Amino acid sequence: MTMARKGKGAGVIELRNAAYGYGQQPLLADMSLQLAPGSFHFLTGPSGAGKTTFLKLCYAELLPTGGNVTLFGKDATTMTRDDIAAARQKIGVVHQDCQFLDHLPVTENIALPLTVTGRDGTDQQANLSELIGWVGLSSRANAKPPELSGGERQRAALARAIIMDPAVILADEPTGNVDWDMSLRLLTLLVELNRLGKTILIATHDLGLIRAAKQQVPARVLRIGGGRLQAAGADL
Amino acid sequence: MSRVLDMLRGDTQADRVVPPTGYSARLTVFTAAAMAFLAVFALALSLAAGRLADRWSDALARSSTIRISAPVAELEAQTWAVLTVLEQTPGVDSARALSDEEQRALLTPWFGPDLPVESLPIPRLIEVIETSEGYDAEGLRQRLSAEAPGAVLDDHTRWRRPLVEAATRLRLLGWVSLALILSATAAMIILAAQSALAANEQVIRVLRLVGALDRYIARAFVRRFTLRALMGATVGAVVATVAVALLPRAADEGAFLTGLGFAGWSWLWPLVVPVLAAIIAYLATRFAALRTLKGLQ
Ligand SMILES: Nc1ncnc2c1ncn2[C@@H]1O[C@H](COP(=O)(O)OP(=O)(O)O)[C@@H](O)[C@H]1O
Ligand SMILES: [Mg+2]
Repeated sequence: MTMARKGKGAGVIELRNAAYGYGQQPLLADMSLQLAPGSFHFLTGPSGAGKTTFLKLCYAELLPTGGNVTLFGKDATTMTRDDIAAARQKIGVVHQDCQFLDHLPVTENIALPLTVTGRDGTDQQANLSELIGWVGLSSRANAKPPELSGGERQRAALARAIIMDPAVILADEPTGNVDWDMSLRLLTLLVELNRLGKTILIATHDLGLIRAAKQQVPARVLRIGGGRLQAAGADL
Repeated sequence: MSRVLDMLRGDTQADRVVPPTGYSARLTVFTAAAMAFLAVFALALSLAAGRLADRWSDALARSSTIRISAPVAELEAQTWAVLTVLEQTPGVDSARALSDEEQRALLTPWFGPDLPVESLPIPRLIEVIETSEGYDAEGLRQRLSAEAPGAVLDDHTRWRRPLVEAATRLRLLGWVSLALILSATAAMIILAAQSALAANEQVIRVLRLVGALDRYIARAFVRRFTLRALMGATVGAVVATVAVALLPRAADEGAFLTGLGFAGWSWLWPLVVPVLAAIIAYLATRFAALRTLKGLQ
């Protein structure tokens, strides 16, 4: 079934005329997008346009109120809770509000996806500390999330999103709180992962970041405005 | 079975991802201890009432006695008259006059073996075995007084039967109490688990976001509550068993309360209580957790 859909050229995540509204007011309408395997997308738009909402549709935290969303060939609306959990194990998400467990130290938060899937064996410990070093959090490894700065939190969130070596990475404003140098480092990491075949979608209003990325990868830039999804202008 | 062992051995990581649920956990320990204490008493009551009922219904054996006191000259005639009446009485299975030897055997404990039964004005005893329907004691009494004025019906089944019924009912009530105690335990553990789940809604949300299955999340709670219930119930059951063991012993024969204790192998029964509590906690928390998780997006 999955193969058949892939055979038709479908994306790993696909929206077909998807719509969403909190309550009665429609917020997003007629959203259609295929995230082809290995593609790199940016999603931009003014604050409050619905970027975060769009991403939530992509990992089934929200279900569309119209149209449909498929994850790895399965319709999100008819997926069981176990199906959704299994799909999320293949989608690394950097949440805008990070979503940490405040009672656990940074290391354990980053390792959480491994822990809950029973993959927290010793062979993963080396990867874990390497990754923590890479995002520059080695000295903060035992701190609790509330003790971290905004930038440190975002780096920890990115580390958690990629610890499972997911097929897809969805990042919601991953550079919102970090300085330019760190933004470029994080971007380089995401570009590197894309070269390894990961599918990437980054929601950001940081146009500088998008320009920097386009020097390195052929990224598509989409824009949400007025509840619709369009290709961004040629200036990007 | 291996799943149960796995759960008890536990997964310290899984335990850490859900923060300690202090308040509801302590409530569970206390509830389990109190309920196990009550359950052991209900158990002791049921078993003691059961023993009492068995003893009394054995003793019944559906027999009664007719005693004929009459001048020696009339004794034979009245005995015949009584046996004739009994033969015609519905509900009487059989009747038989005790022989001199049997009467002597009955009297030996009081008067010694050399009693000259024949020459003494000892009443004649007739043993009556009734059918399972029983006979009409009042009617029989009236006919006896007409036919054999010296005959007295000593009807011990009549006062024992209500006692057996009471003991049987008491045993039933004991079991009903036990069932109620266990259901109340289940209800309280469900409530405690639900409150723990509600308090951890944000944690559960994060776990779901990183791909945790409902079973994994449920297990963290189920394990906790099962162990707490097992712990509390063990303490409660031990204290109650000691309390039962320290009850003053009543003399075994004829004592109305035959000792509200356990007898022989039934001392093992209180062991079942903590195990039952753990099973109940396991099922109750699992039910609460999976239900709550289904309700969360
Ligand atoms: N849980 C919610 N309930 C109601 N309205 C919401 C909720 N989340 C977001 N919104 C509203 O939906 C709109 C889009 O929000 P969001 O998707 O976060 O936009 P963006 O990420 O582009 O800034 C905003 O107006 C926001 O107030
Ligand atoms: Mg947002």
